[in-house]
Amino acid sequence: MAAVTLLEARALTRHFGGLRAVDGVDFDLAQGEIHALIGPNGAGKTTFVSLLCGRVPVQSGSIRFAGQDITRLPAHARVRAGIAYTFQITAIYARLSVLDNIALAVQSRGASHLAAESMAALDRVGLASRADMLAGELSYGHQRLLEVAMGLALRPRLLILDEPTQGLANSEIDAFKDLVRGVVPDMTVLLIEHNMDVVMDLAQRITVLNFGQVLATGTPDEIRANPAVQSAYLGG
Amino acid sequence: MTGNAFKVWALHLGVLAALLAAQFVLPAYHNGNLARIMVLAVYAMGFNIAFGYTGLLSLGHALFFGAGLYGMGMLVALAGWGAGAALTAGIAAGGAMALAVGLLALRTAGVSFMIVTLMFAQAGYLTILYYTPYTRGEEGIVIDRAARVLLGFDLSDDGVRYFAAFALFAAALLVKLALVRSPFGRVMVAMRENEERSRMLGYDPFRIKLAALVLSGIYAGAAGAAYGLLFGYVGASFASIQYSILPLLYVLLGGAGTVLGPFLGAALMFYLIDLASGITTAHLLVVGVALLVLVLFAPKGILGALRDRGLKWLP
Repeated sequence: MAAVTLLEARALTRHFGGLRAVDGVDFDLAQGEIHALIGPNGAGKTTFVSLLCGRVPVQSGSIRFAGQDITRLPAHARVRAGIAYTFQITAIYARLSVLDNIALAVQSRGASHLAAESMAALDRVGLASRADMLAGELSYGHQRLLEVAMGLALRPRLLILDEPTQGLANSEIDAFKDLVRGVVPDMTVLLIEHNMDVVMDLAQRITVLNFGQVLATGTPDEIRANPAVQSAYLGG
Repeated sequence: MTGNAFKVWALHLGVLAALLAAQFVLPAYHNGNLARIMVLAVYAMGFNIAFGYTGLLSLGHALFFGAGLYGMGMLVALAGWGAGAALTAGIAAGGAMALAVGLLALRTAGVSFMIVTLMFAQAGYLTILYYTPYTRGEEGIVIDRAARVLLGFDLSDDGVRYFAAFALFAAALLVKLALVRSPFGRVMVAMRENEERSRMLGYDPFRIKLAALVLSGIYAGAAGAAYGLLFGYVGASFASIQYSILPLLYVLLGGAGTVLGPFLGAALMFYLIDLASGITTAHLLVVGVALLVLVLFAPKGILGALRDRGLKWLP
């Protein structure tokens, strides 16, 4: 693959006391790909993406995004630079309307027609008819969808999805997969996911983390065939 | 959406029209009270920008009120400034003080923020007393009638004073209404509701909160400067802890995070104290009982409760 590299992390490290949550990870994201990050519970996946998006400060190592060193950039500035993060635990504004939720994302990137663009962003995920509801009154599946819609509305170059299908029904998962397929190659997607069907179906490349280190990187077929991955994770 | 916008403007312009008309109907005693209430409501509106909308519970707003009051008063008394220039300086002093305090205090949050702002306000209060040769300390400064003339209007005249208080209140109310309905107003509320989420939408929490606090300080400074000019007295008691707590009570009573709540709260509290002190010397007991009833039955304040019970459009 002669793809352009959007993000590269080198020797990225973060320890919490004695726990080596992320321990010298080298990682590359090609522009326009869907890249899945998998690994057993506690492998450091969420810590790793938190380092990428700036929620957790980097201990050592470096991150370059679109040719720029962002290792020390604060989280809000990374969002402005084009890295959007959707929370593992749904973190919408429950007491604000659905429209206000999405408008906060749309106005953050500087929209000229705030109301129209907000409605368009809701329409994209099928929530336009619920615009005036309080976000906290949405069903769980719709809340997850709103969370993803807020990430999309930022029009990021990189969209990080932290376990987006958790708690969704099968029909909702299918709709979600279509949504993610539709955003590449305009955006690049980094996906943390436990549902292997979703991973194998969506991802072009997969990185496996174990004990804070990269165990393997490759296409879904390569990962499936990798004996180290099988013993560590797939229970092979 | 447009129907709601109509209701919002109709309500707020209606309140302003009623206040304007009240001047011609009410007896002189209530005229004076209402003028005072309107100025205090501007102070409470400023407090509400920080507390009700942005979620910053400051216990030191008397410092900003006092900055406006003394900024205006000392320039008039010591430097012989005219009312207009001194009023402007007082407003700027409120904003500048909020900026200075915010740069330091906003490194903390929650209870720490309450304590740090309280400490700053106490330091400000003690500073006023320490420099008694200039500030006249507890005795305070009486602003001469001659100095209380703004654009040719004598502010010591009851009718003029009412109109001046009304003009300030109307301007503050309309600016605040526009503010909370603007994109920036939405971001302030987002900070209150979920700071981490807002950060991950690309908003810098420190800058947003600092901007809200400075706006809040400008309101408090304007109220302080106007209070001194309209009622002719600048005293250290206005910078004491009591004046940090008062706007909190007004806002809680009327409804935190509502545009009209601070005025409603200020008016009710003012008359509650007024009536209670006519009946008993233990009038603060009546205030305490009223607050208990409020916390038990309408913890979001009067307008907050109304908003939950059907008036969803209330800004």
